[in-house]
Amino acid sequence: MSLLEVKNLQTSFFTDAGEVKAVNGISFNLERGKVLGIVGESGSGKSVTAYSIMQILASTGKIVGGSIKLDGEELVGAGEKTMRKVRGNKISIIFQDPMTSLNPTHTIGHQIMEAIVLHTDRNKKEAYNRAVEMLRLVNINEPEKRMKQYPHELSGGMRQRVVIAMALACEPDILIADEPTTALDVTIQAQILDLMTSLQKELGMAIIMITHDLGVVAQLCDEVIVMYAGSICEQGSADEIFYNPRHEYTKGLMNSIPTTNTFGQKLRPITGTPIDLLNMPEGCPFAPRCDAAMKICIKSRAEHMLINEDHMAACWMNVKKGIEEGTIEISEKNNEEEEN
Amino acid sequence: MSDNKTNTPLVEIKNLKKYFDINTGMFTSKPLKAVDDVSFTINKGETLGLVGESGCGKSTVGRTILQLYKPTAGEVIYDGKLLKSKADIAEYRKKSTMVFQDPYSSLNPRMTVSDIIAEPLDIHKMYKNEEERKEKVLQLLSKVGLNSEHAARYAHEFSGGQRQRIGIARALAINPEFIVCDEPVSALDVSIQAQVINMFSEFQQELGLTYLFIAHDLLVVRHISNRIAVMYLGKLVELTDAATIYEHPLHPYSKALMSAVPLPDPKIARLNNRIPLSGDIPSPLNAPSGCPFRTRCEYACERCAEEMPEFREVEKGHFVACHRVEEIN
Repeated sequence: MSLLEVKNLQTSFFTDAGEVKAVNGISFNLERGKVLGIVGESGSGKSVTAYSIMQILASTGKIVGGSIKLDGEELVGAGEKTMRKVRGNKISIIFQDPMTSLNPTHTIGHQIMEAIVLHTDRNKKEAYNRAVEMLRLVNINEPEKRMKQYPHELSGGMRQRVVIAMALACEPDILIADEPTTALDVTIQAQILDLMTSLQKELGMAIIMITHDLGVVAQLCDEVIVMYAGSICEQGSADEIFYNPRHEYTKGLMNSIPTTNTFGQKLRPITGTPIDLLNMPEGCPFAPRCDAAMKICIKSRAEHMLINEDHMAACWMNVKKGIEEGTIEISEKNNEEEEN
Repeated sequence: MSDNKTNTPLVEIKNLKKYFDINTGMFTSKPLKAVDDVSFTINKGETLGLVGESGCGKSTVGRTILQLYKPTAGEVIYDGKLLKSKADIAEYRKKSTMVFQDPYSSLNPRMTVSDIIAEPLDIHKMYKNEEERKEKVLQLLSKVGLNSEHAARYAHEFSGGQRQRIGIARALAINPEFIVCDEPVSALDVSIQAQVINMFSEFQQELGLTYLFIAHDLLVVRHISNRIAVMYLGKLVELTDAATIYEHPLHPYSKALMSAVPLPDPKIARLNNRIPLSGDIPSPLNAPSGCPFRTRCEYACERCAEEMPEFREVEKGHFVACHRVEEIN
């Protein structure tokens, strides 16, 4: 049994303009002690996936289907009482902007101790000691002094360390990091990523890393999920995704990032703009922007196809390739698609 | 990225300083040295990348060069002519312009796209009649990949990428020679970012533009720049060819900065060849004495605390501000 099992999760937002299917039937498993990256552009549903797991969606949002199992226990529909025991205790989340996730009116110490007192049977004194210990763990110097300070007295990198200390104070099984370094400078980002890697090894927790930065994914993640328009287009080990991408969207993403040796060359961007989630097409959501799109892509969505044991992709191109290479038998159903 | 690159200087900056007065009490204030004694040259048709972390003064350099901030000291020489009088600056403003980072706050929500794009034309009276104004706007729109029906709309009706296109169209309206691009792609999604970067390259080829490209994304800067300058706490620490700064940086700060870039390649990333940099950038209000980087530098010695290292040419076209550059490399 995996630590976290997400099956066919569907989350929608009910707006005046209609239902927005922000997460549209995604499934994945997270194993103990692994780092899973979720990549995608804005509006792809990566953050909503995280918020659904934590059940901290905005009031217009609702999980409309599927299941989320933590250690075999169903969380969807479990009620606020159960979720309160899960949040901050078994699953913690850190957000992009450390300034808005800290309360400006309370000291750092107060905020870290809050979670400890709430979830463990430690008394205030013990909670204080634990908080100091956590600050030391995230390499904050003079932790006793910091305990008395307010968030505005710290730099951005230091604030994010405090947030990490707070998230890890109760030794969660899973840490969800929603763009934790996007607001930080590169050298500070490097410090935070190194810190997360070493803490992850030390404490053995699993991490779900949500980011748009493929560089961060390459550095940290064992497994990668690529999302587009609320669906998973490709999923696999980091090496498979980076060196053997099998979905046209993933390939497009890889081609559109400049690297150290693209100087003087043109980048190959994905054309067009992301689709409107209110008017989702019937077929593959990426088809309108896909250069390789075939007739079948517009008509129907490809199923997730196993490329190898640790790689899955939902793209008709793989079926086409399989037919050409003779690894897929042409049945009645596939005939039509071969003509395209 | 430019093949039109020449060796004739277009913009020369000499000992540029920009200090802001920060109130420290009711009657006391202290200068914040946002840009402190910076000199460099941008050649005609080239792209000079300017990188550094937040608060290092890179945006202030861009704005001061364009005279959006009045320099505290120093000279800006444009096309061989020192900018001194108001008339010089007025003339300069017809040739230089800026593309901003945030495509949301840099477009006036109360103006139509056509008015936004035509505003520089209005100011500089660069058309004869209403007909010509309209025609120019439509030309600019099609140039940046938008169409005529977009002209009557308002900025909020567009996505981030489209807004940035509007910002670029506005910048191109006056047929500029020199554009300061201040983090023009950092607010955009990866796929849109690539479209906009390509657009910058195309316009440079086509119109022979010169760019000062300010960004914190080092891979983007590497992709687009001929030469790159690295800033730290208001000072330039290194300036050289784009390829050299990545493969062979000399200043300890540039080394750490370049090694911190997360490369989108798991095998390289796992090697973890990073040079760790401890601590944070000091506040520019309390900048360290001598070399600004010494508090975080593993090679710092007594001399570094005493005197500011000179920004000198160590190899041909490779400038570094470090006392110990020869020893440590």
